[in-house]
Amino acid sequence: MTEAKVKLAAVTPTAATRPVRDLLRIVIVGHVDHGKSTLVGRLFHDTGSLPDGKYEAIKAISEKRGVAFEWAFLMDALQAERDQGITIDTSQIWFKTDARDYTIIDAPGHKEFLKNMITGAAQSDAALLIIDAAEGVKEQSKRHGYLLHLMGVRQVAVAVNKMDLIGYDHEKFSAIEREYRDYLASIGVTPTFVIPVSAREGDNIVTPSAHMSWYKGPTVVKALDSFQPSAAAVDSPLRFPVQDVYKFDNRRIIAGRIEAGRIAVGDEIIFSPSNKAARVQSIEAWSAIPGAKPPRSAEAGYSIGITLDEQIFVERGEVISHKENAPVETDVFRARIFWLGHEPMTLGKTYKLKLGTLEAPVTVQSIERIIDTSDLSNSAAPQVERNQVAEVVLRARRMLALDEFIDFPRSGRFVIVEKYDIAGGGIISMEGYADQRGLITSRATNITRVVDGISEEARAFRNGHKGGVLWFTGLSGAGKSTLAMALEKQLFDKGYNVYVLDGDNVRHGLNANLSFSPEDRAENIRRVGEVAALFERAGMIVISSFISPYRSDRDRAREAAGQGFHEIYVKADLATCESRDPKGLYAKARSGEIKDFTGISAPYEAPESPQLVIDTASMPLEECLAELVSYVDAKFRV
Amino acid sequence: MDRLDQLESQSIYIFREAFNRIENIAMLWSLGKDSNVMIWLARKAFFGHVPFPVMHVDTEKKFPEMYEFRDRYAKEWGLNFIRELCPPIEATDDTLPPAARSAARKTEGLKLAIKKHGFNALFAGIRRDEEATRAKERVFSPRGLTGQWDFKDQPPEFWDQYKTDFPAGTHVRVHPLLHWTEIDIWLYTQREQIPTIPLYFAKNGKRYRSLGDKDITNPVSSTATTIDEIIEELRTTKVSERSGRAMDHESEDAFERLRADGYL
Repeated sequence: MTEAKVKLAAVTPTAATRPVRDLLRIVIVGHVDHGKSTLVGRLFHDTGSLPDGKYEAIKAISEKRGVAFEWAFLMDALQAERDQGITIDTSQIWFKTDARDYTIIDAPGHKEFLKNMITGAAQSDAALLIIDAAEGVKEQSKRHGYLLHLMGVRQVAVAVNKMDLIGYDHEKFSAIEREYRDYLASIGVTPTFVIPVSAREGDNIVTPSAHMSWYKGPTVVKALDSFQPSAAAVDSPLRFPVQDVYKFDNRRIIAGRIEAGRIAVGDEIIFSPSNKAARVQSIEAWSAIPGAKPPRSAEAGYSIGITLDEQIFVERGEVISHKENAPVETDVFRARIFWLGHEPMTLGKTYKLKLGTLEAPVTVQSIERIIDTSDLSNSAAPQVERNQVAEVVLRARRMLALDEFIDFPRSGRFVIVEKYDIAGGGIISMEGYADQRGLITSRATNITRVVDGISEEARAFRNGHKGGVLWFTGLSGAGKSTLAMALEKQLFDKGYNVYVLDGDNVRHGLNANLSFSPEDRAENIRRVGEVAALFERAGMIVISSFISPYRSDRDRAREAAGQGFHEIYVKADLATCESRDPKGLYAKARSGEIKDFTGISAPYEAPESPQLVIDTASMPLEECLAELVSYVDAKFRV
Repeated sequence: MDRLDQLESQSIYIFREAFNRIENIAMLWSLGKDSNVMIWLARKAFFGHVPFPVMHVDTEKKFPEMYEFRDRYAKEWGLNFIRELCPPIEATDDTLPPAARSAARKTEGLKLAIKKHGFNALFAGIRRDEEATRAKERVFSPRGLTGQWDFKDQPPEFWDQYKTDFPAGTHVRVHPLLHWTEIDIWLYTQREQIPTIPLYFAKNGKRYRSLGDKDITNPVSSTATTIDEIIEELRTTKVSERSGRAMDHESEDAFERLRADGYL
């Protein structure tokens, strides 16, 4: 083929002077039959956006089915949709105003097709929520409003449709506006506009209505033109999830899309959660233009590749950031989820989490509350049913790098996969949970362990018992301190080398610089765990008496102590503990004087498989003690 | 970051996801403007390489310019190129209208090729704005064992999380251009200087907006002889892109039936 036959586009001045038009994606949502499709049809017709012959085609389709002219057939393309008169799946259609181009995303209003509504809404920059003026605010009107917020859609306009059916009545409109604004306000959403319209008659869609001179706001089209396309988070700290690692042309390229921030050649970066560090050697991009130079920096939104100054092993799922402002590292987090699965989400069940490019199994540790999206009331349940919204706590088996949704929408959201299907989605909050990065990051370098000259066995032989940690965990008032002190006394009398590490005592010295923030609480327990481990290695039995409500913290203490770690659950139900209230703390927590109080306003994660459970609610102190002493005799005597 | 940058970045993301998550994937090359952009985007995603086979399922009824283009660029772009033939028209559903039967040949050819090579997934360059049933598509679109599309129960797809877990035997269509429009394709073709088949440019007052088999594809009236003029034309036209593709218009549900059966 000759060159002349293949047309290469000339770079002409007109190409440079004609800017690429902005595109805004709008999702249309609302209760079934409130007139979403009709509004879209009207919008297209009145802006002259319908392709030639489309109006006639819709007319023919309507006549064939023996119905009046039906705008819904513009987007409801499937035979099943047309025959049943219902939107099954989300669809998209394009039109333009003088200001910009639009993609209109139609989302099904029927409850059954919530997964398709979510699919549509997630792709949008802004939303138009339709409410039927004759029917008023319905269940799906609220659910859709709630879900839009959860999906991160922040620009919302409301169209109160079918105003013609209520005689364009100002008062009736105002009542609906008030009710819906109140609802949206309660979930933290402020609609930009609430517009009275009649899609069928064309009032306030493209042209201002002659029937509603009392309305002074914009038409639907003007309202849409006021919205802004979602911008990439270029000014946030860097988040660059590793999507894949390629070996092309002898280069090892780490590929992915920058979700937030900027990266430049020479930047020192770290990978989370592995915490490996390296420097950016190059930013890779392929260009067909001869002599094109590779970029020196890149920003959020771009899919790029980088090479590093040294060969370190990293894989898909890690998150690249700068050293400062690195993502949270945790194995447990709180989430607000919506469930789409055919089977309910169940307490204790393990699912696959997909967060950015990361995949990891997570277990539902607790279902904190089911949220009724129509009145925002809460209820408790052991499972989350299809189409419900809930707050849950999820636990992974290893550290995950993630963010809170409020700071980083794109790395603070995830989906849950059950078997083969995406069964739900959620947004992350770390409220009450610590960023564990500080706890697992080792800052010292060039250190080598010295092997102790005295063997464990020699110490055990001299002491008559092995060293170890009796880790008491339980609610405040469960009896940990009482038991710990009594047990120490009895063991001491029996000849054991024993010592109690108590919460308040440790905070007087070793941990005096720690507050009660989630991170400092975790650090408090980390230090206690390490000290207990030293006691153990010294051949002593140490009894640690701390609420230690988080599994992650106790697991770290177990890891520090190793073989000699015995988790002992000092168990008493909350009501019993509260009635004892030896330090008057529950009363203060109930009155709000103390915040984040375990069991009242902060979680207690009970041990899953403790070595021993001491039930102080049903057993007298003496029996509890006897059981502990015989346990120690059995496990520690040599 | 302008609209083209966003489209490009999203397509690259989709390519890399599919290539990472799905073993044994290939790309369908229809030789048209969209699939040429698709190849270009793959080269961007994989730093100048196309690390999977690129397959043309040949009806042997394309325009000569299309075959010339294919033979030249399969070589020039260093593609791992595969050509597979479609079965004769007699092998298709005889209840379909004539042009749809012709399109159905391609579906059959596709099924045979997938089976022969054992591909688990195919990249296909369809776009939502081409046709109303395509507007309802997913980026990762699972198909049944015989290639059917269950459009009444599609998987949820949001936050760039695609369905990437499948029972054995599922076939997947991956659509890296789903979010592009016809104008986007031309703007990008112009920006990137992607080679184009001359049939798209007007000759004697007519040009092709969409290329298919020569006996069931008709040109539209046009005076656009450059990409600039095509873009200008598309900004004002009210004629749909596939108006020249006979198989779409034989009956109300012709295209839906074709697609349900596995047509692109």
